[in-house]
Amino acid sequence: MKPDTSARYLTLAPAVVLFAGVALVPIAELVAMSLSQIDWVQGKAHWRFVAFDQYLRVAGDALFRTGVGNTLVFAIAGVLVQMLLGFALALLTTRIARGRALYRTVFILPILVPGIVIGAIWKLMYNFDFGVLNQLLGLLGVGPVDWLGNTTTALAAVIAVDVWHWTPFVFLLMLAGLESLPQDVYEAARVDGATFLQELRHVTLPLMLPTIVVTLVFRVIVGVKVFDEIYLLTGGGPGTSTEVVSYTIFRRFFTEGQTGYGSAMSVVVLFALALAFIVATAATQRRRT
Amino acid sequence: MSRRSLRVPATHGALLVAAIIVLFPFVWIALAAFKTQISLMIGEVLFTPTLAHFDEVLFSGASDYLANYRNSLVIATASTLLVLVVATLAAYSIERLGWPRWLVHGFLLGAAVFNAIPPITLVGAWYVGFRALGLYDTYLAVILAHATLNLPLGIWLMATFVREVPRELEEAARIDGCGTLQMLWRVIVPVVMPGIAATAVLVFIHSWNEFVVALNLTARETATVPVAISKYAQENETKYGAMAAGAVLSVLPSLVLLFFAQRAIVRGLTAGAVK
Repeated sequence: MKPDTSARYLTLAPAVVLFAGVALVPIAELVAMSLSQIDWVQGKAHWRFVAFDQYLRVAGDALFRTGVGNTLVFAIAGVLVQMLLGFALALLTTRIARGRALYRTVFILPILVPGIVIGAIWKLMYNFDFGVLNQLLGLLGVGPVDWLGNTTTALAAVIAVDVWHWTPFVFLLMLAGLESLPQDVYEAARVDGATFLQELRHVTLPLMLPTIVVTLVFRVIVGVKVFDEIYLLTGGGPGTSTEVVSYTIFRRFFTEGQTGYGSAMSVVVLFALALAFIVATAATQRRRT
Repeated sequence: MSRRSLRVPATHGALLVAAIIVLFPFVWIALAAFKTQISLMIGEVLFTPTLAHFDEVLFSGASDYLANYRNSLVIATASTLLVLVVATLAAYSIERLGWPRWLVHGFLLGAAVFNAIPPITLVGAWYVGFRALGLYDTYLAVILAHATLNLPLGIWLMATFVREVPRELEEAARIDGCGTLQMLWRVIVPVVMPGIAATAVLVFIHSWNEFVVALNLTARETATVPVAISKYAQENETKYGAMAAGAVLSVLPSLVLLFFAQRAIVRGLTAGAVK
């Protein structure tokens, strides 16, 4: 039984056209722009071919390097804390019989809220003069602390926002994973007299590994894309203490109007992350087989 | 009391603390939206509520918030419909129409790689490209960008759901003389309707929430709700009350979906991650 080929092409064509037109063509356009110095005179672009000059500038751009460093710290530190907290909360939730649905509903809420609103919420919470955090500290006779205006606390403060925002997502995936584990393995472990920690180490974690890996990859991908919260809370500052790579690209391309140079930076980030993703996928596939 | 009987209250206690930490900031911004500017600035906990900020955001001449809301609705609805049609067709194609396996894997890997790229890297090219085509500050530009960004997720989810449809259904329909496209419409789509709903809800929320593309591809005519909220926070003097009111109004669609479509949301978020 052979399905007709015209239907085969017809059904896949819209996706291919959309990807080609709105993803591949713009990527080619980025590469073209990255090789030229582009000046805007009265709304018209003037291109001057400069070969790889702008890529050399990216390599020597101190702000870009700071952005890459902060992005890695932000994504890795934030995701690690989220994974630990989310897993622990999910494990706790599996031990209760009643109220699970209610907790699940509460924990879905932050996942559905715009990054800009998350930023707005924490702009209020962190405010130096009247933010609730400093009010609470004041009751204890401590502070006030300029959470977002201080180079030593700003990055940690935005990471804390990310932990608050995304721990519920990890929780949700972990809970779904834990709920789908086969129960007979646990009964066997209990008959053998396994302690809670032995059960966790030898039964739960190995069975949960695929879910943990997928969740980790999801979270790192979204963590590396961070922009909205930084835009609203700190604008990369104070100094460059919360500068992240998406913000550097935005700054170079849009704020400073460096079309060609911003394109070169975009190309570097785009291909570096695509490559990192392919390597990570290949590594996890090999471990599984 | 034995240790075992203490465990359940302790677990509830820990979860309750976590739930309060999650909810408190939402409650706080909702309260802030009803405080006067002075009440906000002196950090009053007990206050006389006012609707002044909602009035300013919704009805003052200087505010475009209602127009922004309409823009967000149009853009999120249109990009969701586009993703649903394109992703369902593509998922059916790669799962059921006998493409070589290497091609299917390559296609899905390509989509996944695209999904790993930060949107800001493409926004510059979209800005220049859409300007050249005369599409800057139009719905179409943002709809196309949002649909493309969400297409990998849409295809991934729909492929997962189509894969679960029993082959027997199709064989029975084929004996009855059902053609390939009829099969999709008459057999597959009705069976995967819960999956389509899950995909729709997630894509809609993503588009509704999206900021960096909307910030750079829209101007006054098509600016979306997140762009409007960011303006309140970015002016020389942050308008905290208006920002809070705008934020509260912006999460209403998500709250409605959380209330009526929670199963679909959970299905969409966990599909693929949990076998």
